[in-house]
Amino acid sequence: MSIQEELQAVIKEALPDVSCVIGWREGPEPLRAAPLFVRTPADADAFRSGYFAVNNPAVFLPEYKGGKVGVVVKGCDARSVGQLLAEGLIRREEVKVIGFPCNGVIDVDKVAVALAGACDPGEIQAAREEGDELVLTTPSGEIRLRKTAVTADKCGRCLFPNALDADVFVGDTLEPAVSADDYADVAAFEALSLEKRMDFWEQEMSRCVRCYACRNACPMCVCREHCVALSRDPRWLTQSDGVRDKMFFQIIHASHLAGRCTGCGECQRACPARIPVLLLKRALSRRVEDLFAYRAGVDVAGPPPLLSFALEEPKIKERDW
Amino acid sequence: MSEQKIVSRKFISLGYLPAWLEELALGRTVYVPRQEGRTVLYRPFVPGDLPEFSRRPAESAKHVLFPRSEGLFSFCRKGDPGAPDTRGLLLSESAEPGQAVIFGALSCDARGFFAFDPVYDGCGTKGIAKDVYYLKRRENTALIVKACKTPLSTCFCHWTGGGPASAQGADALATDLDGGILLQAVTKKGAALLESAKLSPATDDQEASARAAHEAAVKAMPSSPSLDGAPEALLGLFDNKAFWHAQSAGCLSCGACTYLCPTCYCFNLTDESNGIAGTRLRTWDTCMSALFTMEASGHNPRRDKAARLKNRVGHKFSYYPRIHDGRFSCCGCGRCIRSCPSSVDIRQIVLNALKENADV
Ligand code: SF4
Ligand code: SF4
Ligand code: SF4
Ligand code: SF4
Repeated sequence: MSIQEELQAVIKEALPDVSCVIGWREGPEPLRAAPLFVRTPADADAFRSGYFAVNNPAVFLPEYKGGKVGVVVKGCDARSVGQLLAEGLIRREEVKVIGFPCNGVIDVDKVAVALAGACDPGEIQAAREEGDELVLTTPSGEIRLRKTAVTADKCGRCLFPNALDADVFVGDTLEPAVSADDYADVAAFEALSLEKRMDFWEQEMSRCVRCYACRNACPMCVCREHCVALSRDPRWLTQSDGVRDKMFFQIIHASHLAGRCTGCGECQRACPARIPVLLLKRALSRRVEDLFAYRAGVDVAGPPPLLSFALEEPKIKERDW
Repeated sequence: MSEQKIVSRKFISLGYLPAWLEELALGRTVYVPRQEGRTVLYRPFVPGDLPEFSRRPAESAKHVLFPRSEGLFSFCRKGDPGAPDTRGLLLSESAEPGQAVIFGALSCDARGFFAFDPVYDGCGTKGIAKDVYYLKRRENTALIVKACKTPLSTCFCHWTGGGPASAQGADALATDLDGGILLQAVTKKGAALLESAKLSPATDDQEASARAAHEAAVKAMPSSPSLDGAPEALLGLFDNKAFWHAQSAGCLSCGACTYLCPTCYCFNLTDESNGIAGTRLRTWDTCMSALFTMEASGHNPRRDKAARLKNRVGHKFSYYPRIHDGRFSCCGCGRCIRSCPSSVDIRQIVLNALKENADV
């Protein structure tokens, strides 16, 4: 049985105990899966795992609080589940976590770059994996891309491809490809002058349409309908769409996620303007790792560092006496 | 294919395109599809750049006529030392919008403005309350659409009365031919833009090639289902909570779908003031937001995402067509499907509604 078939069987077995199992199905485009909500055994036949199952199903879990729900998770999604649990946003006994070894997922933006104008990624009619290649059917014939060129960056630095804390784990565990996240992307960016960095963000944020897909796709964004960006009373942010107003919101999002962001990348993937907002969050995750030796969704035994208070922080020097 | 009468036709060889766009940009803002970062958006033409035609824009061109954020007027409270008990209010109007051309919009972009037009022209008020801000820009803007050759997997313009080479709502239609572009004006405004020495007269052969290209593009679209029953089917499901919960399960309640949509026209008004002075802003709103129908009392008639998604689909495929001669306020551009982080597919929801209604 393939991993996908094994997962389908596990989902069907889980169903009597849960109101639904959240996973993935084929989406409206060959390269993009969609979330699947399995309520009956027949629904499970539509379940698809694998390279195109990018969405993080953990984002839906808080909606199901108060009843029991199942969720199929990749390694990164499991970190979101772990962080939601650590913060008490969901209850352990109310979620059944189904894990499997994840080999990485696609980054559709990279496909657009790799196509180099040969066609619009939306014109792709079918896609299949062949060894380490992705074979795309396009109006102008078949195009082969190396999967390494179009796999999400987060997968290249993933330390936990096997869902942590799963109730059921299907398949054999995988060795992670790397032994540490070196934050090379953040280091390279921070090597630029402050002016250059500000220019970069002003340029990028000028595309923001303020749809807040970045916020709503984030499993850890908890304010939901009470976000500062929309509240009229008090009015924290203006509704005008200046670059700085938009940047202001991103900085708020990033700081509210400091020490809570698991690096799942959903904010960036959701952005229709393709703004690399994950970079801001990773810059803060790197600081939190340095200062508090805390990785969200992994080191979840204690409360997250910025949601707790310690009289003395070993790595923060507050006074000289 | 263009159903409209062609009032004039010209040909431009690709080499002359930048010079013609530069000429159009004299005294006007010319918007073209432009690659920015890893996406394509409608941006003012920059001399030296060529429009990006290898990918279709993620957003619609609606922001040209309906800015994301628009100062309607500014205000300032003024005190008078002679009359300390009274306060004056100084109002200043915003500047008149200038002339604009959108070159290389898609057919669906042009048809999107069809959904705006009656609403902003005061349809619900027998023409009394006209939206001067929109109408002025509509008048000042010319649209040159470029015929599509192949559909994206999310395209369904032909389900909604459009087509890949439709010139409805546009002033001119551009079609790629060997070595250049055929330009066919369908309005006077379009014809005026084609009065340029950079363009050469077009031939009957070129027009025939364009017609063949349009026919091929239409043929490349998959067959389309009939949506005739959609308005009634959706109304019939208005109180069917289970249906809407299932359809909206994956929705994240963000604004990506409505903000990229060429036909979503809802807005918000806020006074953005700092001390005694400020601006009354009109900004895009989205029915997918919880705040959209939040009433002052705190009551919200659309409490969950199921009710909100029902409104988005219902408005486009039922409530709007019921008062606008059956025309959907969706032009089938598929942008909401393409850019939805959860791949929510409005086509599928309408088809599910038709099926659900047929089953009961
Ligand atoms: S901020 Fe972005 S990367 Fe971090 S948890 Fe939220 S969606 Fe994931
Ligand atoms: S998803 Fe992108 S465009 Fe939308 S608000 Fe966030 S940064 Fe802006
Ligand atoms: S349908 Fe998609 S784009 Fe629209 S609000 Fe829901 S998640 Fe966002
Ligand atoms: S609802 Fe979707 S498909 Fe219809 S016009 Fe709007 S963005 Fe395009």
